[in-house]
Amino acid sequence: MCLAIPMEIKSIDGPVANVEISGVTKQVRLDLMSEEASVGDYVIVHAGFAISRLDREQALETLEIFKELRLDAF
Amino acid sequence: MTPFDSFKNPDLCRALLGKLEAALDKPMRFMEVCGTHTVAIFHSGLHSLLPSQLVHLTGPGCPVCVTHESEVAAFIELAGKDGVIVATFGDLMKVPGPGGANLKKAQAEGARVEVVYSPFDALALARDNPASKVVFLGVGFETTAPAVAATVKIAREQKLDNFLLLSFHKLVPPALRALLADPFMSIEAFLLPGHVSAIIGLAAYKFIEDYHVPAVIAGFEPVDILTSLLLMVEQRKKGEAKVVNGYPRVVPDAGNPKALATMYEVFKTSDALWRGIGAIPDSGLVLADAYAQCDAFKVLDITLKESKPLPGCRCGDVLKGILKPNECPLYKKVCTPANPVGPCMVSTEGSCAAYYKYQL
Ligand code: SF4
Repeated sequence: MCLAIPMEIKSIDGPVANVEISGVTKQVRLDLMSEEASVGDYVIVHAGFAISRLDREQALETLEIFKELRLDAF
Repeated sequence: MTPFDSFKNPDLCRALLGKLEAALDKPMRFMEVCGTHTVAIFHSGLHSLLPSQLVHLTGPGCPVCVTHESEVAAFIELAGKDGVIVATFGDLMKVPGPGGANLKKAQAEGARVEVVYSPFDALALARDNPASKVVFLGVGFETTAPAVAATVKIAREQKLDNFLLLSFHKLVPPALRALLADPFMSIEAFLLPGHVSAIIGLAAYKFIEDYHVPAVIAGFEPVDILTSLLLMVEQRKKGEAKVVNGYPRVVPDAGNPKALATMYEVFKTSDALWRGIGAIPDSGLVLADAYAQCDAFKVLDITLKESKPLPGCRCGDVLKGILKPNECPLYKKVCTPANPVGPCMVSTEGSCAAYYKYQL
């Protein structure tokens, strides 16, 4: 029941977003989002609510650290 | 393909496993406290690929498993009441209560129990059944409690007075504190739950540093888990014990202030019972006074009664990292996912169920 998955926002209508993962679409509530989410963003969805926005910059930064660790094939 | 697929990259995993092996100079027992980590570590094969010096313990991270037998007895009492529709996450259906009772059996005997994916779906049930009380069973940690809190607020806005909540929500940091204070504690590091942390942020864990135990917030892809394990092992090597964010693409250091504010508008903290562990101070969430009219405990006069632990089940020791599931005398012999004796075998996120599924 803890499962929380990243899904891509396809459209937003007030407090509700249509999100998609691997061709499956769903409606989720945006009431709990601290930051504004936009179409094209990935959000973590849990129990029908988006709880966090995935930060692309941060993801790239983490992958940069792997380069510093000389795991440079990435 | 998503922009985040590199976090599944097998070559990167192999390189990280090599780094991890090289960084370990002696054994280290780490505990994860998140059902999704339990499943991810087994499902990805990491449990058997990790260096043998790195001992994986699964702690009290599965909300279903830590739901106390007295709490299960309360669900079942509730389900038996006239004019009540119970709305619940599916995982709770088979959790055993006193005398082997569970919600599934209650349903077979005529109780109205509806499985929902989101607490929000229970609002439609309330709308469609105005003559009944629709009671959502609130279980789950800080990832789930804000969603339930938001639902309670929406119910009030929409004047759905027949929507009630029976809250057994629990908080992760007080449980970690209880584990650390246990004299039998043998945990040398924590892998902290990614999505709980996305809500509560880093500060909530600061007290762990006082126990000199490294703690790293981890995501759920294999690369996330391995990176966080590496950050953990490297800390010990340097003699450090800090709370570190190994999942910054999802977890802002400050957490999610809006979700926290919603949670603490609707709920207040209280002592709570954890299966196998017992009462932990301030580790639970009950409805705040301003929301008392949604509180199923008050409206339907439900009280928690004392109940005996399930005979033979060692879930408590499993959840504290004292015993591995396969060391429980009932494991696989009497207790199986089809016929679970204890809650750790019920949920797919339970330690015993994960062992059963992946270690056969
Ligand atoms: S194997 Fe079954 S009886 Fe033993 S601790 Fe796990 S759930 Fe309890």
